[in-house]
Amino acid sequence: MTVLRLALGLGFALGLVASGVAAADKTDPVTEAKAFQQFFVKKFPKVAFDDFVNGPYSMNEDMRRQWEDKEQFPPYEFALEAGKEMFGKPFKNGKTYADCFPNGGIGIRQTYPYFDDKEGKVITLELALNRCREANGEQPYSYVKDEMAALTVYMAYTSRGKRFEIKIPDDPRALDAYEKGKEYFYTRRGQLNFSCASCHVQSPGERIRAEILAPALGILNAMPIYRSEWSGMGTISRRFVTCNSQTRAVPVEPQSDEYRNLEYYLSYVSNGLPVSGPGARP
Amino acid sequence: MTNVMKTNVIKKIVFAMMVSAIGTGSARAASEADYVAAYAAAESANREAGRLRNQWTVTQTALIAAKKAAESGNFDQALKSAQEAEALAKASIVQATSEKQRWKDLEIR
Repeated sequence: MTVLRLALGLGFALGLVASGVAAADKTDPVTEAKAFQQFFVKKFPKVAFDDFVNGPYSMNEDMRRQWEDKEQFPPYEFALEAGKEMFGKPFKNGKTYADCFPNGGIGIRQTYPYFDDKEGKVITLELALNRCREANGEQPYSYVKDEMAALTVYMAYTSRGKRFEIKIPDDPRALDAYEKGKEYFYTRRGQLNFSCASCHVQSPGERIRAEILAPALGILNAMPIYRSEWSGMGTISRRFVTCNSQTRAVPVEPQSDEYRNLEYYLSYVSNGLPVSGPGARP
Repeated sequence: MTNVMKTNVIKKIVFAMMVSAIGTGSARAASEADYVAAYAAAESANREAGRLRNQWTVTQTALIAAKKAAESGNFDQALKSAQEAEALAKASIVQATSEKQRWKDLEIR
């Protein structure tokens, strides 16, 4: 009897431990996003919450002054004009981008990426734009070149100030996409053995060569960006590809599952921050 | 000469031959076959890194350098670059494998 009690007790205790481990391992995006935001708020107590979307300018007063001067004649202005024109120009079949998006595509940037339950995958704004083109008989644009950047510049501009509201529906596949995006974010890669987090969690505000690293919090809210280093505009895809190359890792294909999931995770943990794109960076 | 002395002399000769053989082996110029074998091993390791979605740009650079050297007939350099590519590819595999768990150490909680 005593032996049976002991066995039962042990089994119960093990069961509790096992379920405790399972509970600890279970992903809770709401709690995680809160912890993520708190980490940066505590690390940079002088930076106002909304200011994190301004990346390095929120961390360095000199850079901020230069940026404010530059904003008098923002370098993304040409792309904005081009994007507005492209967005309104009908396809050969007479339809426009507005026909593919809710609210005619105006003021909706803050809801991308979203999880599509029919496809079971993350849909980014860049992907949705190309799918819109293909659905209307047009060739897709390169994800890393000017046309895609211009379109997203315009869509971000019409959404400025709106707060990110990325949703994770009650669907294990959505949670899996978020979890995989998180794993990609923290995984070290390339010969330099850097993860996204090595620069944008461990070292924001620090210099890497001549640049000041931006915090991961709000980093996508400013996209797309004009980069002086590129002498042009860059999409989120271009940013991911370049980051990987800089660590001497071979980038995966733009809009591959890895990058889509990464964008999903990074956007979700920045929920509540306003769209500030299009942005400009050194 | 006693048997013991004979044995010692033979031992010395054999040792000298072995040292000489090793020396000759390391000084020998690499052949095309050496390069082909090293390149195949490097490519195979890099394919594995690709399967793990974790290839390194420097591995590709070393593979290209190996091919270029082989095309110009410099098999010593071709072999060296191919071996470097294999070492880099293997390091990227180790990284991908260890990061499957290690990424969690960096996570903000």
